[in-house]
Amino acid sequence: MKVGVVTFPGSLDDRDAQRAVTAAGGEPVALWHGDADLAAVDAVVLPGGFSYGDYLRAGAIARFAPVMERVIEVARAGLPVLGICNGFQILCEAHLLPGALIRNAGRRFVCRDQRLRVENADSAWTSDYRDGQEIVIPIKNGEGGYVGDHDTLDRLEGEGRVVVRYVEGNPNGSMRDIAGICNETGTVVGLMPHPEHAIDSLTGPSSDGLGFFTSVLRRLVAA
Amino acid sequence: MARVVVDVMLKPEILDPQGQAIAQALPRLGFDDIRDVRAGKRFVLDVADDLSDDDVRKIADTLLANPVIEDFDIRREQS
Repeated sequence: MKVGVVTFPGSLDDRDAQRAVTAAGGEPVALWHGDADLAAVDAVVLPGGFSYGDYLRAGAIARFAPVMERVIEVARAGLPVLGICNGFQILCEAHLLPGALIRNAGRRFVCRDQRLRVENADSAWTSDYRDGQEIVIPIKNGEGGYVGDHDTLDRLEGEGRVVVRYVEGNPNGSMRDIAGICNETGTVVGLMPHPEHAIDSLTGPSSDGLGFFTSVLRRLVAA
Repeated sequence: MARVVVDVMLKPEILDPQGQAIAQALPRLGFDDIRDVRAGKRFVLDVADDLSDDDVRKIADTLLANPVIEDFDIRREQS
């Protein structure tokens, strides 16, 4: 199963995302921001970093990259897409996910190991977890405050689309402690913390993040 | 050429940590009675004379501002 990882100018975590795909048993495929071709991948990861220098707003310019026109098209058609950190910001700017990410409420860049609770273990990227399972993976961002209007937040909660929630302290002022959400079909998931940095205990705080990548591979094999 | 100016501000209900940081620095300059600061962005576009208002609005609405969190204001300047 081939999982594409997009590299934008300013992406940082594309290599770690590729490594996570390999560790989960998949075949990573490097995709380039300027290509409108997705190389027939079965899923796409938009990695963390500072695409286009975070100019204008985080993710605002990446959203119009040639590769994103295709990603938006296939995501709407059901292809699994995971946006991590800057990738989450891009998915929100592309309106594949509702809401937006703003500067952290504490005015600091936060880099730490973060405890999360998996609230939706049915999405394409979280089916290898249990509902309510707590995991510890790194978070590192300056603009990770998730915001949406009350109707949007109520809809997300009501439809079970809050995928992961911060526990033991909200690092950035995200409304309702939301760390990650998904689209209506559970195929497009975005989160601020970094599962790809926690795939083995040698290099991360845990291997808790690997489940995101094994989940999508299991789903693809079953499909 | 015509000049179009687009001002973008975070919506009033959206937290503005940048504005807060500026507000908290002002007492160090001796200004103790500044209650609130909101920071925004100004875009100055030199455009063809016949660029329509609809097109300017589209530029502001799709790229310059994120309508989920920001409001924008457009005006044309004499050049």
